[in-house]
Amino acid sequence: MTTHAAWRYHLRAQRGLYGAAAMFVVIFALYIAKHPVGWTLPVLTTAANKGVLLAIVAMAQTLPVLTSGIDLSVGMVFVLANCLASHLVVGTPLQAALGIVVVLAAGALCGLINGLIIVFGRLQPIITTLATGTVYFGLALGLRPVPGGQVHAGMADAVTGAPLGVPSLLLVLLAVVVLVWVPYRKSAIGRAALAIGSSENAAYMSGVPIGRAKIVTYTLAGLLAAIGGLLLTFVTYSGEASSAIGGTYTLNSIAAVVIGGTSLAGGAGSAIGSVFGALVLRTIGDLLFVFDLEPLWQPLFQGVILLVAVSLGALQLLKVTNRLEVFK
Amino acid sequence: MNALVLRLKRSGQLPVAAAALCTLGLLLIGSLYSSNFLSAEYLLLQLQIASFLGVVATGAMLVILLGGIDLSVPWLVTVGGVMSAAVAGWWGGAGAAFAIPFGIACGALLGLVNGIGVAYLRVPSMIFTLGINAVAQGLIVVHTGGFAPQDRATPAMHLIATGRSFFGLPNALLVWVAVGTATMFLLHRTALGRAIYAVGNRERAAYLSGIDTRRVTLLVFVIAGACSAAAGVLLTGYSTKAYQAMGDAYLLPAIAAVVLGGTHILGGRGSYLGTVVGVVLITLLQSILSVMQIPEMGRQVTYGVVIIVMLLVYGRGRRMSE
Repeated sequence: MTTHAAWRYHLRAQRGLYGAAAMFVVIFALYIAKHPVGWTLPVLTTAANKGVLLAIVAMAQTLPVLTSGIDLSVGMVFVLANCLASHLVVGTPLQAALGIVVVLAAGALCGLINGLIIVFGRLQPIITTLATGTVYFGLALGLRPVPGGQVHAGMADAVTGAPLGVPSLLLVLLAVVVLVWVPYRKSAIGRAALAIGSSENAAYMSGVPIGRAKIVTYTLAGLLAAIGGLLLTFVTYSGEASSAIGGTYTLNSIAAVVIGGTSLAGGAGSAIGSVFGALVLRTIGDLLFVFDLEPLWQPLFQGVILLVAVSLGALQLLKVTNRLEVFK
Repeated sequence: MNALVLRLKRSGQLPVAAAALCTLGLLLIGSLYSSNFLSAEYLLLQLQIASFLGVVATGAMLVILLGGIDLSVPWLVTVGGVMSAAVAGWWGGAGAAFAIPFGIACGALLGLVNGIGVAYLRVPSMIFTLGINAVAQGLIVVHTGGFAPQDRATPAMHLIATGRSFFGLPNALLVWVAVGTATMFLLHRTALGRAIYAVGNRERAAYLSGIDTRRVTLLVFVIAGACSAAAGVLLTGYSTKAYQAMGDAYLLPAIAAVVLGGTHILGGRGSYLGTVVGVVLITLLQSILSVMQIPEMGRQVTYGVVIIVMLLVYGRGRRMSE
């Protein structure tokens, strides 16, 4: 295969990712152009603080979706990690660091429980995570019956500011991509997860370790959601067990995954696309703000844009030549 | 005993029987706590409250039978409640007569959009109904934000939701019975009902058998939208007011009730009787947990654990090797 053909194949396979990235660049350029202050570090840092949280939760959602599953508990693990961090990430730097480890381990444990029930209990992911999400939210409520708590102020300032000249959260996001997503995607387990998403029967027949791949996938999803919850604590300096926050993050993460070009049927897509999908979703909200749109109309516009964005996939229908291809 | 379980398993009614047993078990546990749990008055009250969830679950079940899922329930419920109350405010006495059908029609209209997106644009139902949910929320915010439309329930809505016109039976329960009877007739005695099961099993095969699968999907989403809005109308009558986010508490319990009742989450299998039992089970569970004054935390955890445990008992999938 010539390099030219290889590039064309790559472009076609990653169409969703590049589409989402292009959409983000256009929308963000519009936002910066219209913003009264424009391209300055504080503006970028605020934008990053809003976008990265959803981006990481959307990455968490991508992993199960690639195996043609879904994790409806990511938002609740996010909230649980937030509440846990508001208790544990305090005191001396060493204690706070230990607290971070415990928070992330708790998130991974939540994901592991999801994976174990799905693999060994043989229940459908959608209903399993719906139910475990309720449990995780209950635990979060137990930890924080009323909003409050605190967090290590030095760490929080460093993470939500820009001490290195770039918004720190963008570096965190980059680190998560490099340390979690890339190794996962390159590993045998990650390939197995994609194979399961394409066809679980074929994967089983080929001797792919289905159970192990699913358990690792859901565990990583829990871990990523907990990273998001930890960062939320740094942004808000407190913990809050709110079912509204959890629900919104779960639903927005699914929307971000779809906008990022990952198929809900599984088997194709990437977490990096979901990152851009999440950033697109967040920037749209800010865009309505800088354009001085009546606040009353903002939810409607956001809804319509979301609907249009997810309907873009319908353009594929125009290419269908065999009508049977339409029906799965 | 084993033979009985085997026969039940083969008939596909095992989940219904198991869920019914769990319901009885719950009542027994409740009666140990307080004898009120077995009084006719308490049970009728629970059935009245269950009818709101029951109407929502009817729509949710039809969509799940198709192999889809309807995440637009929360704000379609709100649309039904808010619009029915508002129309009574706009047109006074004449509006009050139209309030109920108008509210339901608004829900059906949004359901129609759901259906067009899922059936004709082929967007996965999970994500398209999510979008419609956001749009419905936006519409309600615009509708209620700029000026204050009437949000009080009309007397007729109040009567339907809280009255007891026949033999002391709650009217809301009668509404659910009517909706349920119509659904059972639809599923088991009409071509559309057969087609719903067929599409849920394998849409491609249904299409090749000459079923207009897209029209079936469209119709089911219209019915589901109407069901959500009808529940919103009932809820408005029950609480005498329509308010934003009134449907938020209904999405997860509706899906849980449908699945606990033995309907397969991927579609094609399930009976309405199971959904009825699932709805009663969920309502009783919520009621008993709140009567026992268990804190919110314990309620959420118990609720989730009960769903998982029940599904582990009778809702497990097949092994890959089978």
